Amino acid sequence: MSNSQPLNPYIQLESPAHRLDSRIKLSLVFVYILTINLIPHAVWVVFPILFSVNLSLAVVSGIGIKKLLKRSLWVLPFVIAVFPLLFSIRGNTWFEITLLGFSFTASWEGLERLLSIVLKAWFSIQAAIILVSTTKFEGILKGLRWMKIPKLLVAVIGLMWRYLFVLVAEAKRLLVARSSRSSDLPDFHSGGSMIWRAQVTGYMAGNLLLRSIERSDRVYMAMLSRGYDGEVRMDNDRVLSRKEIHILLIGILICVCLFVLSLYFGGAF
Amino acid sequence: MSYVIRIKSLSYRYPDQQIGLNGVDLTILPGEKVALVGANGAGKSTLIHHLNGILIGEGDVNILGMTVEKKNLKRIRGKVGVVFQNPDDQLFSSTVYEDVAYGPIYQGLNKQEVKKRVAEALSMVGMQDYIDRNSYYLSIGEKKRVSIATVLSMQPEFLVMDEPTSGLDPRARRELINLLQQLPQTMLIATHDLDLVEKILPRTVIMYRGQVVVDGPTSQIIPDSNLLENYGL
Ligand SMILES: Nc1ncnc2c1ncn2[C@@H]1O[C@H](COP(=O)(O)OP(=O)(O)O)[C@@H](O)[C@H]1O
Ligand SMILES: [Mg+2]
Repeated sequence: MSNSQPLNPYIQLESPAHRLDSRIKLSLVFVYILTINLIPHAVWVVFPILFSVNLSLAVVSGIGIKKLLKRSLWVLPFVIAVFPLLFSIRGNTWFEITLLGFSFTASWEGLERLLSIVLKAWFSIQAAIILVSTTKFEGILKGLRWMKIPKLLVAVIGLMWRYLFVLVAEAKRLLVARSSRSSDLPDFHSGGSMIWRAQVTGYMAGNLLLRSIERSDRVYMAMLSRGYDGEVRMDNDRVLSRKEIHILLIGILICVCLFVLSLYFGGAF
Repeated sequence: MSYVIRIKSLSYRYPDQQIGLNGVDLTILPGEKVALVGANGAGKSTLIHHLNGILIGEGDVNILGMTVEKKNLKRIRGKVGVVFQNPDDQLFSSTVYEDVAYGPIYQGLNKQEVKKRVAEALSMVGMQDYIDRNSYYLSIGEKKRVSIATVLSMQPEFLVMDEPTSGLDPRARRELINLLQQLPQTMLIATHDLDLVEKILPRTVIMYRGQVVVDGPTSQIIPDSNLLENYGL
């Protein structure tokens, strides 16, 4: 019933980051994330720089630091996933624990590695968040195509995105429909039995699947009948201006500088 | 308490800032049968979504003495039966029976009573033969009738319908009009079907750009084609 898209990360605003051509933005973020992840681990000097770059971007793009940090909490499950590193990397002992008769040794090297990976993941996610908050999805697809990502892959990503919203919208309608008829009478115990409610929920899940498949099908038909041929058309790709190419080159240069700096502090030379 | 609903300066904006309602005032007394008319986008559906708290806007909506707010919603939804414009917003179960039975079962009625209510509601809309069908694969008109049955089975005091006759074939439409004529409940019906309005709804409310602009006896409003024209009807 409501068309608002709670899952859509895009934030409609006016900012230099929003105005920047999506092809440039995508390429820059790509290079930036690559740089972040090429930086040797435990070069702590670089991390505050990266962090302040991200925070500045959050301010410039109008997203705001608070929102950026909140959205980047996504990284938390990742921390759990890499947690075993703490014990699997050998080095100077930090502490030891015994669990179920096995003894585990946490090393300082493991801690360093863990922290580096988590921070890198966190910064990368922040960069990605800034990208998707300032770029409409169509723009991102356009950027992907410009970067010569295979058409089929871009088309699949585009369809997944559409279908995601189809699914969410249908789920919302079903839930509203149900709650509209979930009512109390005075002097009656309402809500029905647990088993019945579970059953209803089960049917709804089935119904959701059915509807989503059919809706997706109709979306696809509608796209076909308007000339869709496996490729999402955008307004004719404008040739990038000199200034935009400059921005791209300067961005890449800064990333290379960051990388060299990190090698230097990491003791590579 | 001498009214079924009393709405005072109700306004609502959609999340994309689109104005849905812009200061609506409306009072409906017990037993009244009211037509809600207005061009596409006038705000009829938005208003209806406020009557059982699917949307909660700024201003005051009071139903049978209860303010529409979170803690009253379940009580209110037992008193107000809303039939949505689009049946796909109404039906969520796999069979017609389960859909029509949902409201009464949730209210805690016993098995026999539920069965009786379902049978009654389905025969009122002429859909008794569809009881075991999957509601998703019915035609629009059939879905529409089942949607109405899902609300009738709850025996609400106040019936609210959003374009109930759209998509019905002439016979189903005639039968529905007959049915509505016989029902004793207070009703608010949003519709473009002026024939329906003249036949069974003695009071007419016209909405225009999120406001109630005309409110009076149907017998004076519907024949006034200039007035209707002014508001895009
Ligand atoms: N989910 C929504 N999001 C944004 N705007 C909406 C939404 N639903 C309706 N509107 C807008 O609100 C206004 C009133 O719509 P609606 O109540 O559906 O009109 P009606 O039912 O009278 O045709 C219209 O301008 C419509 O475009
Ligand atoms: Mg409507």
